[in-house]
Amino acid sequence: MPSALINVPKKAKRGDIIEIKTLMSHIMETGYRHTASGDVVPRDIITSFTCRFNGTEVFRADLYPAIAANPFITFFTTVTESGKFEFEWIGDKGFSETASASITVE
Amino acid sequence: MAVTRHPTRRDVVRGAAAVAAAAGLARPSLAQAAPRVAVIGGGFGGAACARALRRLNANLQVTLIEPNKTFTACPFSNEVIAGLREISAQQFSYDRVAADGITVAAQAAIKVDAQARSITLADGTTLSYDRLVLAPGIDMHFDALPGYDEAATEKMPHAWKAGEQTLLLRRQLEAMDDGGLVVIAVPAAPLRCPPAPYERASLIAHYLKANKPKSKILVLDAKDNYSQQKLFEKAWAELYPGMIERIALSQGGRVTSVNPTTNEIVTDFGNYTAAVANVIPPQRAGRIAEIAGAADHTGWCPIDPVTFASKLVPNIHVIGDAAIAGGIPKSASAAAAQGRACAAAIVNALADKAPETPRLDGACYNTVAPGYAFSLKGIYQPKEDQYAEAEVTTSPVDAPREVRQREADEAVEWFRTITGDAFG
Repeated sequence: MPSALINVPKKAKRGDIIEIKTLMSHIMETGYRHTASGDVVPRDIITSFTCRFNGTEVFRADLYPAIAANPFITFFTTVTESGKFEFEWIGDKGFSETASASITVE
Repeated sequence: MAVTRHPTRRDVVRGAAAVAAAAGLARPSLAQAAPRVAVIGGGFGGAACARALRRLNANLQVTLIEPNKTFTACPFSNEVIAGLREISAQQFSYDRVAADGITVAAQAAIKVDAQARSITLADGTTLSYDRLVLAPGIDMHFDALPGYDEAATEKMPHAWKAGEQTLLLRRQLEAMDDGGLVVIAVPAAPLRCPPAPYERASLIAHYLKANKPKSKILVLDAKDNYSQQKLFEKAWAELYPGMIERIALSQGGRVTSVNPTTNEIVTDFGNYTAAVANVIPPQRAGRIAEIAGAADHTGWCPIDPVTFASKLVPNIHVIGDAAIAGGIPKSASAAAAQGRACAAAIVNALADKAPETPRLDGACYNTVAPGYAFSLKGIYQPKEDQYAEAEVTTSPVDAPREVRQREADEAVEWFRTITGDAFG
């Protein structure tokens, strides 16, 4: 099962507002729960999500324990040229995932 | 009050409120005028409630308002889709209900005036009530799924109300070429009969395995987990290996729009073209609940769990799929149990007696192939202000086929019992 799902339009017209959807499979363990024996279940969350277009950051989100498992992040942006969206998720325990998608602007 | 514990402040308040509500009714001043109870909706909940009302108090004037002359039951209708059963085995008349002394009005209720305590029927006649029970079941929430509307159901059947839709889906499967893709779109909770999409996938797989073995089933699901999941997954691996694929919510399975012209189904992350598209849309309480003012912003009806009294409108009770009943699944046998408990609460209220705390039984059988079934049985009781599971038993995941066979036989018996109670 791929851990990252992304949905970026393959084509757009210059200046179009496009919707980007992402979903990252992740447990998002809050760090507030205890096991039956009373031990704290250590926090294990994604802390940061970044989207860059042709190397320039266009969207960023900081994530916190209140965010549910498998964060689904969707946002809008405008495109003025063809290029590549790069996505990066960073989290606890050295978690790091990337994904990318290209768009052709006509 | 039939509680074994000491009454709490809440019980006392609730009892007092019920008495006050009963006293507040414009009661007939003459003793011979019998209280009038109307029930809208002749499904398992409504029929069970109407009959229980007459059984508990033969003096009540009970009217059952239901536009369909024949009831078509949903439980076992997945077998009709798979060609294992005829629709006639699902159909029941209201003759025996009427024989209990219940007036059956074969009309749709189009308006409820809660203040005047009157109902307007489709033919323009009105009738007054002292208490009204709403048992309207579900309606498809068309606004909640772009591309899906009444017309789209003719192309992409939901088959989530048994009848013509059930037969349409069956005909589409029969007409499909071998190798076709059957897509089942499953909405997020709450929905009628939560495990039924998976029973349906199983029985369609049974039909395809025998008749069109190159075909596949794709379940696009707006949920991650579902009722009796392990049992279904085991059965699929055993009976239909490689035939059923499911994409869960966290894998991008939530359907966001459909196109009935092209038979396309779109999710957040994918686009699928179906040979046969079974689109089960989001649902809400039957329309009359909203008209009566009993449905809230969720589209469902909040109730007092002890009496089934609406929290939004006076003198109206809501039972079955339309009600927000906490841990109780929206199922036929739970609706019937609610109908009987609601009848008891109404009879008590009309007699100025405090309500008894109900303890409801619900059972749900899933048949995944002829002679292979499993079940979930629950007991539900009010807790705080909502229904909670007091006890739930699910069939063991590792059981020999004899157990599955026995449960398949029990399922048939269960269907005979619940339909007999409601319509026999």
